[in-house]
Amino acid sequence: MLIEGDTGTWEMVIGLEVHAQVISEAKLFSGASTAFGAAPNSQVSLVDAAMPGMLPVLNRVCVEQAIRTGLGLKAHINHFSVFERKNYFYPDLPAGYQISQYAHPIVGEGTILLDLEDGEVREVGIERLHLEQDAGKSLHDQDPYKTYVDLNRAGVALMEIVSKPDLRSPAEAGAYLRKLRSILRYLGTCDGNMDEGSMRCDVNLSVRRPGDPLGTRTETKNVNSIRFVQQAIEIEARRQVEVLESGGTVVQETRLFDHRSGETRSMRSKEEAHDYRYFPDPDLLPLELDPAWVAEIKAALPELPDAKKRRFMEDFGLSAYDAQVLVAEQANAAFFEAVLQGPKGRRDPKTVANWVTGAYFGALNASGVGLAEAPVDAEKLGGLLDLIADDTISGRIAKDVFEEMWQTGRPAGEIVEAKGLKQITDTGEIEAIVDKIVADNPDQAAQVAEGNQKVVGWFVGQVMKATQGKANPGVVNKLLKGKLGG
Amino acid sequence: MAIDKATVYGIARLARIRIDEAQAQSLVGELGNILDWVEQLGEVDTEGVQPMTSVVEMRLPLREDAVTDGGKPDDIVKNAPEAAHGFFVVPKVVE
Repeated sequence: MLIEGDTGTWEMVIGLEVHAQVISEAKLFSGASTAFGAAPNSQVSLVDAAMPGMLPVLNRVCVEQAIRTGLGLKAHINHFSVFERKNYFYPDLPAGYQISQYAHPIVGEGTILLDLEDGEVREVGIERLHLEQDAGKSLHDQDPYKTYVDLNRAGVALMEIVSKPDLRSPAEAGAYLRKLRSILRYLGTCDGNMDEGSMRCDVNLSVRRPGDPLGTRTETKNVNSIRFVQQAIEIEARRQVEVLESGGTVVQETRLFDHRSGETRSMRSKEEAHDYRYFPDPDLLPLELDPAWVAEIKAALPELPDAKKRRFMEDFGLSAYDAQVLVAEQANAAFFEAVLQGPKGRRDPKTVANWVTGAYFGALNASGVGLAEAPVDAEKLGGLLDLIADDTISGRIAKDVFEEMWQTGRPAGEIVEAKGLKQITDTGEIEAIVDKIVADNPDQAAQVAEGNQKVVGWFVGQVMKATQGKANPGVVNKLLKGKLGG
Repeated sequence: MAIDKATVYGIARLARIRIDEAQAQSLVGELGNILDWVEQLGEVDTEGVQPMTSVVEMRLPLREDAVTDGGKPDDIVKNAPEAAHGFFVVPKVVE
């Protein structure tokens, strides 16, 4: 996205660092639990508390999750990687260093495809993915002069996923985060809940004149929702443009986003701390991966969003937009496919997609329930669609039936039967009604004869009213045209 | 390798060790001597030699993903200078 400044246009260059908490039972280097919300310090081993003499032992599943994520990002898996110590002081980091990966990460370059608003797809590079420990949690609001520290989160495995500086707008940053989250959830390697902090994002941003070399970047930390990431980008880009246009220079620094004041500000304390003095952790040997293990993980990967989207478009003829909406969440895609599969073979994919993304998701959102608790399941929705397909009810009546199903949980057939909503397809019966209405409204009939086609629509409405919407609209139209000579 | 006083102060700050002027002056010499001594290793030709990570030929052992530890919050905070309600308590560190 280009920014119009006072002295011309500027382009923003954005790279994102995402910290994704790995789904595992135990921590990266200890046997303590990773479960969220336990009593303070109740899920802490002596390793996590950095007691002298304790040694870290790497968790196999955490490694497997990193490999799986790397494969899902079509990235290069490094069969040799090294854990290093990143040294800094902070009360929630009891060892005085974080075990991380620096020069030799477990995953190298990969790619991610962004699904943009207009149905366009854009490729963004992944720079690397590495494994590291999470820090503990500091509570600053318990006491006016003290900070309380809980180490339950200390040592939980994180994947730091770094994008290349390929993003150019807040919208692309949002699309990147949504796509990454979708892939992580499909893979089952991170739950992607930004509001619980299991996925966190730092924004690297610089501005430049289009075509110029990269400008000086700042790193904005602590942005914990996609909306805030987009806001922070907008605000920080504008700040940098103002600094440059008033003759100043952008300082390379860490900044903090405050969504309440709508500004970013410098985190001065981080400035000297940037000398992390990385060195290979003497307690851990390099991690060497067996290629057979990597191949085994690769063979067991699920169908990922991009492949599913392509299949939905190619096999079912869905639009890029519909396919994307359906595949964003694995459960939604599975629901669509469950509805698609009827007892007598495949239902019409476009009708199913329309109903699932339209009325069905609409009802889910409005009632605030998830797929699992929804009163209408795939089988019942399929039953309703079958009644439309075999002309038992019209599409219009189906909307009412669906509402009734959502309220009562009853199957469509039962409701149609009980309420007598069956469509009238018997031409003779409809013809009698049409004849009566034409005879009762000679003035309107005359208008049609004079060429006023709009009045035909009025007649259709009258017939529908007389039949409580049960007449087959195609038959009604055809009969009226014949009778009125329209 | 020559080391200056600013570097000595920088290292002291990173290590959270407070030093005075006289100590800084003497550390310039001491640290310089240590670095010079270690620098002798630079004379060895290590062209094409991989860094040695262990004296024994072994692979990094991996642990199964099972909860085998924790559940001892009292032990964890036992040595803390200050603790309350199961938390470590430290001077305020918020910006």
